[in-house]
Parts: sequence; C-alpha cells; structure tokens
Amino acid sequence: MTAIAMPAPDASVLARRREIVATLREIVPGEGVIDDETEMRPYETDALTAYRQMPLIVVLPETVEQVSQVLRYCHENGIKVVPRGAGTSLSGGALPLADGVLMSMMKFNQVLDIDFANRTATVQPGVTNLGVTRAVEHEGFYYAPDPSSQIACSVGGNIAENSGGVHCLKYGLTTNNVLGLEMVLITGEVIRLGGKHLDSEGYDLLALMTGSEGLLGVVTEVTLRILQKPETARALLVGFPTSEDGGRCVAEIIAAGIIPGGMEMMDKLAIDAAEAFVNAGYPLDVEALLIVELDGPEAEVNDLIDRVEAIALKNAASHIRISTSEEERMVFWAGRKAAFPAVGRISPDYLCMDGTIPRKELPKVLARMRELSDKHGLRVANVFHAGDGNLHPLILYDANLPGELEAAEAFGADILRLCVEVGGVLTGEHGVGIEKRDLMPEMFSEDDLKQQQRVKCAFDEKHLLNPGKVFPVLHRCAELGRMHVHKGKLPFPDIPRF
Amino acid sequence: MQETLRPRTVEEVRSAIEWAVASETPLALRGHGSKEAYGRPVRATHALELSGLSGIIDYEPAELVLTLRTGTPIAEVEALVAQNGQELSFEPMDLGPLLGLTEGAGSIGGVIAANLSGPRRIKAGAARDHILGCEAVSGRAEIFRAGGKVVKNVTGYDLPRALCGSFGTLAVATEVTLKVNPKPESSATFCLRGLGEAQGIAALCEAMGSSAEVSGAAHLPDGLEIGEGALTLLRLEGFPTSIDYRFDILLKRLGHLGTPERLGSDATAQVWRRIRDCQPLASGEAPVWKISVPPASGAAYVAALRNRFDVKVIHDWSGGLIWLRCEDGRHHADEIRAALAAVGGGHATLVRASAAERRDVPVFQPQPAALAALSARLKHQFDPVGILNPGRMVADVPAKVEKA
Repeated sequence: MTAIAMPAPDASVLARRREIVATLREIVPGEGVIDDETEMRPYETDALTAYRQMPLIVVLPETVEQVSQVLRYCHENGIKVVPRGAGTSLSGGALPLADGVLMSMMKFNQVLDIDFANRTATVQPGVTNLGVTRAVEHEGFYYAPDPSSQIACSVGGNIAENSGGVHCLKYGLTTNNVLGLEMVLITGEVIRLGGKHLDSEGYDLLALMTGSEGLLGVVTEVTLRILQKPETARALLVGFPTSEDGGRCVAEIIAAGIIPGGMEMMDKLAIDAAEAFVNAGYPLDVEALLIVELDGPEAEVNDLIDRVEAIALKNAASHIRISTSEEERMVFWAGRKAAFPAVGRISPDYLCMDGTIPRKELPKVLARMRELSDKHGLRVANVFHAGDGNLHPLILYDANLPGELEAAEAFGADILRLCVEVGGVLTGEHGVGIEKRDLMPEMFSEDDLKQQQRVKCAFDEKHLLNPGKVFPVLHRCAELGRMHVHKGKLPFPDIPRF
Repeated sequence: MQETLRPRTVEEVRSAIEWAVASETPLALRGHGSKEAYGRPVRATHALELSGLSGIIDYEPAELVLTLRTGTPIAEVEALVAQNGQELSFEPMDLGPLLGLTEGAGSIGGVIAANLSGPRRIKAGAARDHILGCEAVSGRAEIFRAGGKVVKNVTGYDLPRALCGSFGTLAVATEVTLKVNPKPESSATFCLRGLGEAQGIAALCEAMGSSAEVSGAAHLPDGLEIGEGALTLLRLEGFPTSIDYRFDILLKRLGHLGTPERLGSDATAQVWRRIRDCQPLASGEAPVWKISVPPASGAAYVAALRNRFDVKVIHDWSGGLIWLRCEDGRHHADEIRAALAAVGGGHATLVRASAAERRDVPVFQPQPAALAALSARLKHQFDPVGILNPGRMVADVPAKVEKA
C-alpha cells in the first residue's frame, strides 16, 4: 500500500458488523449480502490494482426499493457506502472502505426501453456500455461514448466518471449524451432527473451527477441518447519524423473546419510496442503516428480524406496509408486499441496516467516528459487523444523492485503538474478517485475546493457516500456553511453606482 | 427606484456581494437587461450589472476554445467567431422579438444563465453542452474557479455546467470558457408543404433517425405568420457535396410525402433564424410557453390542448420543443402542465407573460418535493443569505445562517 491515506475506520461501526449484516439481510434477502472474506475478495480493488482494501460488507441490491432501504438504514446509522459498477475505474473510485458497505449495482442489468422514434435507450446502470449499442444496433443505431473498457464497464460507472472514448471531440462525453436519471439519495429518497425530453426544468443536477464519482447519489436508471451509425468510416494512418509535425497537422485539420470522428496519436515507444504485439503494419522509422478517422455520409468522407491527406503532406508526413476497406480500417485501429496491453508486454507493470492539455502544447509536453523520464529513471510511452487533448502517458516500472512504484507515482504526479502548468487538467476521463485526490490543490484553490464540497453537502451532509475520494481534505458541512461577514462601511467605494 | 452597481472586475463583484451579504441586501443580477422579463420578477433594491465585465480573454481558433468575460455582448462574440470561420454551435436564440425588445441585445452571461439554445440543439446540444469552465463569485462573496479550458475534463464536480440555466441564483459567473466549432461551409433546407401536425412530426423523427445528419427539424402548422400552409423543414449543413448526398437520403426516406423544395444557404439562414427566435409567434402580447416533451409526442401533446383552448404553435427539435401561444390571452398553466404526464413527462416554462402573471404563476415547472428540496439545499450552499436574484426561479424561503 502506498502513501494515499483513507479516512480512519469508525471503530463503533466495525464493532456492529454482525448487526449490520443481519439488518442488510432483512432488506436484501437471499445471496445479496456477502460477509464471507473469500467471497468479498474480488471487491477489494478496482482497475487501480495498486490499492486494495477489504470492505466491511458487500451488498448487491436488485430493486430500487432495496437500494433506498439500504441507503436510508446506512444514513440513519452513520455507516459509509461505496457504490460500485463493473469495477473498471482506473483512479480507485470504487476502492472499498474497511468500515463501509460496498454496494454493487451489477444486478441492475436490464435494458428497460428502446425508443427509436425518440432516439433513446433506457437501461439499468449495470448494463455495460457496449450492451447499449448491442441493444440498438439491429436498427442501425449506437451509443456514442466508447471508453476503451466498453466491453466491461457499466453505464452507471460511465455516469460516475463522465466517460469519454476516442470519439468525444465529435460526439461528446457521457454528459452530452445522458438525458435522464433515476437516482437514490443517501437519505433513501428516490428522485428523477430529465427523461426523454431535453433540458432540465430547474438546476442542472444531471450535470452535477455526471462525473460525481459516486459521491452524490446512487444511479438506478439511465436514459441515453442513441444515434444513427455513420454510413461510412475511413481512416488515414500518418507517420511523422517529429511530434511537432504531427501536432501541427492536427491543428491544421481542425483549422480547416474538419472535426474527425477520431484522431489518435502515438509516440515512438508506443508505436514500437503496439507493432511488436499486433503487427498492424505501423511504420517504425517515425517519431509520431497519427490515426485520423472520418465518418459520415460516403461522399463527405471521401472528400475529407483527400483534404486531410493534403494537410498531412504539407506537414512533412513521411508515411501515409488510407484505408480502402473496413478490414483495413480495423487493422489501423488494432495497434492503438492494443496499446495498453502491448506496453504491458514490454514492462512488468505500468501506470496509466490521464491528463488533458491544450492541443498546441503537445510538443512541449512531450519534450518535458522526456526530461522527467530521465530524472525518474523510468520509461514512458504516450498515446494521445489528439482531437481533444487527452494524454495517456504509460509509465513503465517493475513493482518487484523496491521503490519503483513510488518512483512511478512521483513521475506520474510530475506529469499531471505539467499538464496543469500548460493550461490543462489533472484528469480527462479516468476521474480523480484516490489516485489524483491529493493533487487537486495543484489545480484548484482552497475556495474552489470548498465550493465543490458544498455541493456534496447539499446531497450528502454526513459525508457517507464514497468519502475519501476526490477531495484531499474533508471539511465538515457545518464548518463549510459558516460565513465570515465583514460588517461596517461599504467596502467598494470605487464601484461605479447609478 | 433601484440603485445599480456596475463592477468592472471580479474583485469589484466580490466586494459588492460582500457588502450585500453583510447588509442582507438582495441583488438583481443583470447583464444588458435583455432578459429581465424572463423568469419570476426579482424584488431587490439594488441591481448588479455586469456589462462592465466585457471582453475576450483568450481565443485560439485552432484549439476550438474561447474564454471571455460574461458581460461581453453576444453580438460581439458571434461576430468574432464568424470572422474565424467558427460559430457557437448551440445557436443561442434571441429572446428580443418575443419579449418585444431590440434584436441582437444581451450578453454571453445571459445566454449561459438562461441556457439558451436554438434549432441545432437536437444535434449539437445546448449552451450547457458547450461550457468548459468558469470563474464565478458565490453568494458567500468567494471567488471560485471550476472546470478548465479543455474539452475532456472530469477534475471535480461540473459546476460550470450546473450554472447554466440557474438564472444567476447560485453564483455570479464573471468569466466562462466555451467550446466553439467550425461553421459549416454551406447549408440547405429540405422543405415539405401541407403535412398535418402528426404526419409532419413523424417525418421529422424519421429524418432524425436516418444517416442524413439533420441539424434542424421543425414543423410549422398552417396559420402562422410565415409562408402559406404548413411547412415541414429539415436543415442540412456541411460540405456542399455532403449536403447534396444527404438531401438524396431524405428524398428516399420522405419523398412519398410530397415533392420537396430545396432552400439554399441564404433562405435557410433566414428561415431558421425566424424559427430560432420564435418570430412566427412574436406578435401581440398573449402568453407564450416553451414546452419540452419527448419529440415523437409533440403532436399528441398539442392535439390534447387544442381540444380545450385555442393555441398557435411551432414544433422545433424534431417535435421535442413546442413554442405555444395561448390565443385567448390566458396562461392556462394548469392544463398545459397537466397534459405533460400523458406524453411521458417534460416541462413547461412561461416565457412571455405580464409581471403579475410571472409572479403568481410558477414560471418554471414545479418539481416533486424531494427534488425541490434538493434544489433548495443546493441554492443554500451557494447563496446562504439568499441575496442572488431571490425569487427568480422559485419563491425563495430565506434561510438562517450561522455567521462568524
């Protein structure tokens, strides 16, 4: 276990474990409550496997009423709750607490309603991201956000993390594709936000829920916007002698008014690892490789392919291939999609980072990252969602060598500080969780973070839902609510008044 | 008589709010005053006017990102991005015609506060889908920043998006970062005449479910102050070859309903601007509602109301947005809201009405108790003393606060 500390367990809750198990069994009968150590083991970590913690108890409710009763009971008795979807979080968002009930939502796995006329799919939160597309593709529709874990990750988790994917520049993130939610507050109250119609009727609580990392409520139903699949998709594979050339090409494509469906860049180490793994035919004599995918009506795609090719040639592209078949397009993507496991083959362990930067800063950030790599004595491979500026540096290390995990984490923190320094952010799509929690002050002032925590207070005043995630310092809501009022003379004599 | 404070910097905004908190003086927030007749009337002795916080802070067309002060005139913003071949793709509507005010007035802050969008909302999203970050001053007189200047960002709660549509009741946004998009090279409109309401909206929904990438889908029933007979309109935007191709897709799907006319770029710009600004219903002073329903239910919803009283409507957003004018001059709030349940939910906002009606009739859709209570708690966390636009969205109950 490394340095990130979780809240100290509440001894009185630990002491009441037997009683809590009994009460939860009354609410969720059958096998929905797990208290056996061996059976709880699979829940001790998510996809940030460096961190592990056994939960107090695991509960798997099957109905909204059960979710409501469990939360109400926990609220009344001061018991913490960690909601969990498929457990694919890369930031430790679903890491259990020793004194907390882990609530798995994976029994909520039904597609409830498909409405092609209104272009919506209503599903339970345990349905996988890809499961939504599977449910609607027979009519030529799909669900646009496609995080790389889409086979496994749940829609509920997508809401919690505001998941993206390679297509978000053109089609948006989860937040742009969610129309409605049913959710349960920690008090057990069930509320509905939005629906099949557009825009909210009051405050945009959907916006707050999306990306809230399980700290505000437990989602029990989701209505998503589905889209007609683009008629055609074709891709260009472009190699550049330097990352500067690649970065300039990306900027010029956008400046030409072209918004590609996907635009991905890889650096030398990532290219080499991917090519060795899947033999996608990537050029090995380039410093940067760009995949540009254009989708839409056939006539448009063919036209844009020519335009992008011309821009690439103008920017010193040394290698260009254009897909002529669906098969070839998939081969172009095969290397990129296998980049993480490919890097896993050349190193015993790797840490996947997730910052976002303004696109134009890419060459500078890559250069600085090379310096940091030397400083920390660890290699780094880069895959980059070039369209939206989301960078995934993969830091290579060996957990069996003493001190290497700590060195990798320090390297990762330096990279994220660099992202913030150039005008970017700590996390583009993986979430803050515990992983980036203690870096939040790099990006936000104390007042910024306090105002965010006040949102938490409106939803969960006792800090019972997923505490210890996102915020480095937990302030009590009473303390956050206090106001420091300066009485006396008007403090703004200079403001023009009329 | 209301006294107006005109801060020029975020620090002056903060200091004005600090004073308002200390003296428990409610403030009516104003950009350029173009939306004062939208929402519940605010009772405040002082106005806080943000037109002095104006100007572009950072605009890099190649990054598709624009950072600016919220008092910047919307007309200035649209002209600037247009010069660079870009646009605000949520197509913010201009409430001027409907509210009987000058066209083209208003600030970007007002657009954000009211979450205004236009016909392209069905494809590109609303204002809230294009905000990336903000600087704001809370009702606690604290300056905070949230979000960022990049599209992909999940660092902390999405406060910038939550401020959209909050009508200045949570915080005073002083700076926002918006996503901009390339302006399409050309546009065209596929226009069918003479369809009934149900048939017209079914055609819109079918087109939206095709691969034609429609960016505007409206049905204008017969009897509006726009052209002769009913019009069913589908807008296509993009590269010229692509538009021709997609026009053919629509022809194949909808050709059996009649021979379509094709409007070119200029006529397209004109007609969609009129729809965007609700101009066909702008004349007179009768109450006008903005109603959001599941798109495919638009016709059934209006049919149910037509049985009860005389209305004129525009269907936009593929049927999901209904602009409705009550021809008898009465607001009919209860009937309009009661009819929502039968079509699977939605909400109705009383956009145009007298100040007395906007005070007495809930302008925004009333919420179920648990949701209303949560919204009130959120308001309280941002503005504990209740000084920011009190009563603009709902009749506020001032809360007791612990002051240190």
